[in-house]
Amino acid sequence: MSIPAELKYTDTHEWVRKEADGSVSVGITHHAQDLLGDLVYVENPQVGREVNKGEECGVVESVKAASDIYAPVTGRVVAVNNELADAPERINQDAYDAWMFRLQPTEPREYEMLLDAAGYGALVESQEH
Amino acid sequence: MLKRTPLFELHRKCNAKLVDFSGWEMPLHYGSQLEEHHIVRRDAGMFDVSHMLVIDLLGADAKEFLLRLLANSVARLVRPGKALYTCMLNFRGGIIDDLIAYYITEGVYRLVVNAGTAEKDLEWISCQRDESRLKVDVIARRDLAMIAVQGPNARERFWQANPAARKDSENLGRFSAAVAADWMIARTGYTGEDGFEICLPEGQAEQLWQALLVAGVKSVGLGARDTLRLEAGMNLYGQDMDESVTPIESGLQWTVDLGDSRDFVGREAISVLQPTRKLVGLVLRERGVLRAHQKVNTAHGTGEVTSGTFSPTLGLSIAFARLPVAVGLGEDVSVEVRGRHVAAKTVKYPFVRHGHSLIDDQLA
Repeated sequence: MSIPAELKYTDTHEWVRKEADGSVSVGITHHAQDLLGDLVYVENPQVGREVNKGEECGVVESVKAASDIYAPVTGRVVAVNNELADAPERINQDAYDAWMFRLQPTEPREYEMLLDAAGYGALVESQEH
Repeated sequence: MLKRTPLFELHRKCNAKLVDFSGWEMPLHYGSQLEEHHIVRRDAGMFDVSHMLVIDLLGADAKEFLLRLLANSVARLVRPGKALYTCMLNFRGGIIDDLIAYYITEGVYRLVVNAGTAEKDLEWISCQRDESRLKVDVIARRDLAMIAVQGPNARERFWQANPAARKDSENLGRFSAAVAADWMIARTGYTGEDGFEICLPEGQAEQLWQALLVAGVKSVGLGARDTLRLEAGMNLYGQDMDESVTPIESGLQWTVDLGDSRDFVGREAISVLQPTRKLVGLVLRERGVLRAHQKVNTAHGTGEVTSGTFSPTLGLSIAFARLPVAVGLGEDVSVEVRGRHVAAKTVKYPFVRHGHSLIDDQLA
């Protein structure tokens, strides 16, 4: 599966999409869901919570393992995707469509520092060998 | 270097996700662990369990030896082919392994032991044999492969794949095996569904696997095997029990035969033991997933989850936990999940048998 060129990425396998209103949507990558297997539980941060870049702010669990989700940038949680609570398998079905939460960034430069598709592709490649 | 079963190349060709399981490179799943789980509950799936070891015990004293070696009594095995689930204990009553013993014929018994404990088991069995001075040959059958076919349609699909085997295995009762040449077809399993576990020469394993695929049996990995066995209320060695606990503390008192004066290894220790802990089932009442080693708080003290997972059949999280003996069934407890206390209830397991929930009444 190709890595969408319009998104940014973290080295902890979150994807980040800039929205028209300046907020960013966050999910986990196709590669991450593939490693985890069938997802059965998603825990999102509370709306309104302030998070620092790299802070744990969610959990995804598959039948076999739990994995923390880290804030890709500093900011405030402005929305969460509650549909995932009842249908975590959507992340398996289309990881880049199944956003988990949205942040309003307070440090715009952090977004620019995230990995691009090529950089993330190289990271995945290096971890597979 | 990880060990590989005779079916390894086939798994790789089928895009299995391969993982290290007790030193063996084994399929975790072939795409979706959840789908594989449901296939076994609803239709028929097959597992490569060739990493488990078959040990044959041959000799005039084989029965006498096993009466001493195993906590359950092989005296119960009267008809050839009959199987017995049992623990093998050390002198402290700790569980060295759990296994199935088959009575093949006079002077011939077969044990099927866990992969992770196989070497330790062999050493222990040989050592006990030497000390007993009984006449028994202990033979590790590394030349055999093992395939488990499980599910409501498993037996029918197996006969489709292998019509010649129907005659021998059609009338097999549960927990019995038919033995012909180097094949053993046993009506046993680790899923809570009907089916067979088939031991056969390793050179014939691929042919059987392919024939089962043609008959519509789907490949299932060890991931689903774990969720199936937990739903079915079956312990996993190394997780729910090990040498530090006795069968009594592991929900396996029913497998310890104290009925006569039989002198088996571990009997003395177990007889004087006043257990403080027992194994119970847990059902999570909130969203989340119970996992091994999470702490459990009860009105009678604390305990620990030994195995936990998301139950695909029930759609909620279930677990085994080792808790103080005073904890009853239907009690509310809390489990520490990543710093949070989540509500769970103790239940009687199995959680699922033959595709159906057994805990609905307990949660009402």
